[in-house]
Amino acid sequence: MKTKAKKKVAGLEKRKAISGYIFISPFIIGFLVFMVKPFFQSLYMSFCNVELGAGQFNMVWNGIEQYKYAFRVDPEYVRLLTEELLRMVIYSLAIIVFSFFISLILNQKFHGRALVRAIFFLPVILSSGVMLGLESNNQLIAMLQQQVEDVTTTVSITDGLETILRTAGVGVRAFEKVFEVIDNIYDVALASGIQIVIFLSGLQTIPKSMYEAADIEGCTAWESLWKITFPSISSLFLVNWVYTVVDFCMRSDNEVIEKIQNMMIAQQNYGAASAMTWTYFVIVIAFVGITSLLISKGVYYND
Amino acid sequence: MTKNKVQKESFWERNRKSEGYLLKKKASSVFVSIARFILLFGLCFLILQPLLNKISVSFMTEEDLYNPIVVSIPLHFTTENYEIAAEIMNYGKGLINSFVISVTISILQIAVCTLVGYGFARFKFQLKKFWFAMVMLVIIIPPQVISNALYLHFRFFDIFGIIKLINGGNTINLRGSAIPYYLMSAGCMGLKNGLYIYMIRQFFRNIPVDMEEAAYVDGCGVVRTFFRIMLPEAKPIITSCFLFAFVWQWTDGFYSKLFLSGVTLVSRSIANIVDGLAAYMMRILGTMATVSIARSNCILSTGTLMVVGPVILLYLFAQRQFVESISSSGIKM
Repeated sequence: MKTKAKKKVAGLEKRKAISGYIFISPFIIGFLVFMVKPFFQSLYMSFCNVELGAGQFNMVWNGIEQYKYAFRVDPEYVRLLTEELLRMVIYSLAIIVFSFFISLILNQKFHGRALVRAIFFLPVILSSGVMLGLESNNQLIAMLQQQVEDVTTTVSITDGLETILRTAGVGVRAFEKVFEVIDNIYDVALASGIQIVIFLSGLQTIPKSMYEAADIEGCTAWESLWKITFPSISSLFLVNWVYTVVDFCMRSDNEVIEKIQNMMIAQQNYGAASAMTWTYFVIVIAFVGITSLLISKGVYYND
Repeated sequence: MTKNKVQKESFWERNRKSEGYLLKKKASSVFVSIARFILLFGLCFLILQPLLNKISVSFMTEEDLYNPIVVSIPLHFTTENYEIAAEIMNYGKGLINSFVISVTISILQIAVCTLVGYGFARFKFQLKKFWFAMVMLVIIIPPQVISNALYLHFRFFDIFGIIKLINGGNTINLRGSAIPYYLMSAGCMGLKNGLYIYMIRQFFRNIPVDMEEAAYVDGCGVVRTFFRIMLPEAKPIITSCFLFAFVWQWTDGFYSKLFLSGVTLVSRSIANIVDGLAAYMMRILGTMATVSIARSNCILSTGTLMVVGPVILLYLFAQRQFVESISSSGIKM
């Protein structure tokens, strides 16, 4: 009797497990066919010479020749890679700081808050996909912009400040990066729509009573920012960081990606393209992994 | 009048009583709100300015583009740019194609992602954690990594050598048709599909289990429970995921370039609009013609507006759905 009941329960659980698998089966199939297989094929391809023939393609084992080609023969790849990685680090940091700051402001109560929030979210929709970098992709227009920049002698505030700080001689290179980010604040604002919304949703879950208690105890706003706000939403920093870095790699104006696609479609050099992709993304994923491990050590969980 | 005066007096009176604290607090809050207004106004302007600029440029004639007096309001109002851009981009056909592809692809993607998300949210099975980690992996691994292998996969498409047998040793070239992308969408491997699975799962997890259990007790099967009870509950997240899928598909360049190169899509034709303009001018004039930079920029702006126009309209009407889905799902990681 007892065993029968047990068996029945086990049967129910088994049935539920099977229906669970049926529900996620599209993902499993898609993952195996369109992710795992191409993934390993692409890895294998990066060690091969890919020859396209009529109706088929052959892969001839070539060792690490393609990697050698990417790093030592190709004139652009190393330069593009280092530039793009540096840009990724700097811009991701800037985007996180910017979106945290903006979400703090948008969390306050003022008139037209919904409108401002809608405008900040607009780039998520408008500057996605091909829309991004449409102007800079166009060589003619990019040339014109360069010329205009060279010719115009308008006074910019950052330029003035830059000169002052440079003559003061403090950490010139670091400042240059900061100024570069400030000059390109438009790009930063465009890329931080989703991050702002995620931070905002976190900020709204912090109970008001905590701030009131802190205020009564004589805590200043600055202190409560670091002692209450920051720890409460620290887990969202991790989410946003990963999202930002990954999002940055997928942008269509990424020069490394452009180079790779050019290599693949125009020059039909699949092996070298694979090698380039792999080196780029191994570095990026290692970077995401290490940084998110570091961040997750600092994350404070309330429960 | 007198009422105002009374209030004012009482303010100063209260200020005196609080030894200047009230005035200081009031002044600082006014200062903060002014500073906030300036900052936010500036940033919002920064975001909107390119759009506004494009709108004004798109109505200018070539004459106006070179006229230094004309800054934002065109002197000779014209809609000629729209006509030219529409002709170069093959706009009518592109719009219909883009619309059909975006709608069908996003319906397919969201339908499949809803199933998968529900499976992850409600069922216990072996290796569930492993498969969910794989979903995370799909979010993190950029599609570019596997793009070259996929390209070849569909260029020389075959299922375990079956097609080769039928077709006399030849594989079929699926590149250029939309089939590969539909196949990928059906397998949750389309544009940002991992993200949709994650968001939908998050939403289902927040729905109380009671209703489903009641349904099960009353003898409702798994499939029927899902369609009759859970789907209506999940309408908000499904609509917003659908909107995202639609919009991102509409502007997508990566998958379109890889798979849909044979189909006229607005997102593809906008990328080539400047080259198209030169060819168009040559056809009209019959000789080699160089197109001025200002002119090509103007046409590019017009074309961009025509591409994002439908999306902006959609955003204006469904702004809440876009924003709220993210805020409801982002909290718990």
